[in-house]
Amino acid sequence: MRGTASAVKAVGLAFYAGFVIFSWIYGFDPGKRISINFLSFGLVMLKFLPCAFVLIGLFEVWVKKQSVEKYLGSRSGPLGYILAIILASTSVGGLYVAFPVAYSLYSKGAKLSIIFTYLGASAVCRIPMIIFEVSFMGIRYSAIRILVSLPLVIICAVFFDHYLSRRNFKINQGNM
Amino acid sequence: MICFYAISLGLVCVSFFFSREKTLRAFEVAFKRFQKIIPALIMMMVFVSVMLFCVPEKLIVQYLGNTGRFTGVVLASAIGSITFIPGFIAYPLCAILLKKGVTYMVLSAFTTSLMMVGVITFPLEKAYFGTRVTILRNAAGLAIALCVALVTGVCFGELF
Repeated sequence: MRGTASAVKAVGLAFYAGFVIFSWIYGFDPGKRISINFLSFGLVMLKFLPCAFVLIGLFEVWVKKQSVEKYLGSRSGPLGYILAIILASTSVGGLYVAFPVAYSLYSKGAKLSIIFTYLGASAVCRIPMIIFEVSFMGIRYSAIRILVSLPLVIICAVFFDHYLSRRNFKINQGNM
Repeated sequence: MICFYAISLGLVCVSFFFSREKTLRAFEVAFKRFQKIIPALIMMMVFVSVMLFCVPEKLIVQYLGNTGRFTGVVLASAIGSITFIPGFIAYPLCAILLKKGVTYMVLSAFTTSLMMVGVITFPLEKAYFGTRVTILRNAAGLAIALCVALVTGVCFGELF
């Protein structure tokens, strides 16, 4: 199963690469634009990811498993959710940065509802993004969006925790 | 952005000051994690590059600006889910749409689903959480986006 999946991916990638090379040689415009999209998006991620991963590395090395368990683990109270939201609001980049952080929280013993809260919050209330949002859409718009979505994010996270804990759910280290 | 780098650099310096060993280990961890995720990232970039070509900005403006209330919300959340537009592009775009007469409600459906639902990050998310949870989380995100849109519509007096 895994073998066929990766074979399909390899063929897909080869096809993509072939298409891009063909486009540049024969001047096929859509192909050229797609490859420029690929590069510009890659650049955006390259701007954020190295830093994000260095921060994750520091977090892994310095933060003790016990302290995560204490504040974000199975016996943590409402404070855990607040901490998760604060942690999320200070993060940057999109969800692609949040996933590895979520894994690292998980491996340190944070409970699932906290992890899903973190994921949702990092989508909804990152401070740099809010600053942008307020300046373009107004503070009322941002306030409504955050006040409605955050409680729902927490409710969903708690529900996921209940649902998944009974099913022996595990988060992987991002292996394809 | 610069702030983010400054903070990271600051933390690295502090960490280095307290323990050289641990800092080096942190870099090692960072590199290993990064290496592991590269295949998934490349797949995502392939999707994004094709997607951005297929759904250009002009099309978005055209469809969201000229439709009715609820079709607009549904369309906006669908577009927000499948596209991948960073915030610093999405918000200026929203401001333009707002001037063109698109309602706050439609825009909040768009931005919230843009942030919470990632059809394009699916391969990456699946690598961490598995297919089932990824689908669940994204479905929940879409539902939240619709709720936010509804409340926004009520608060801005666009519904009644």
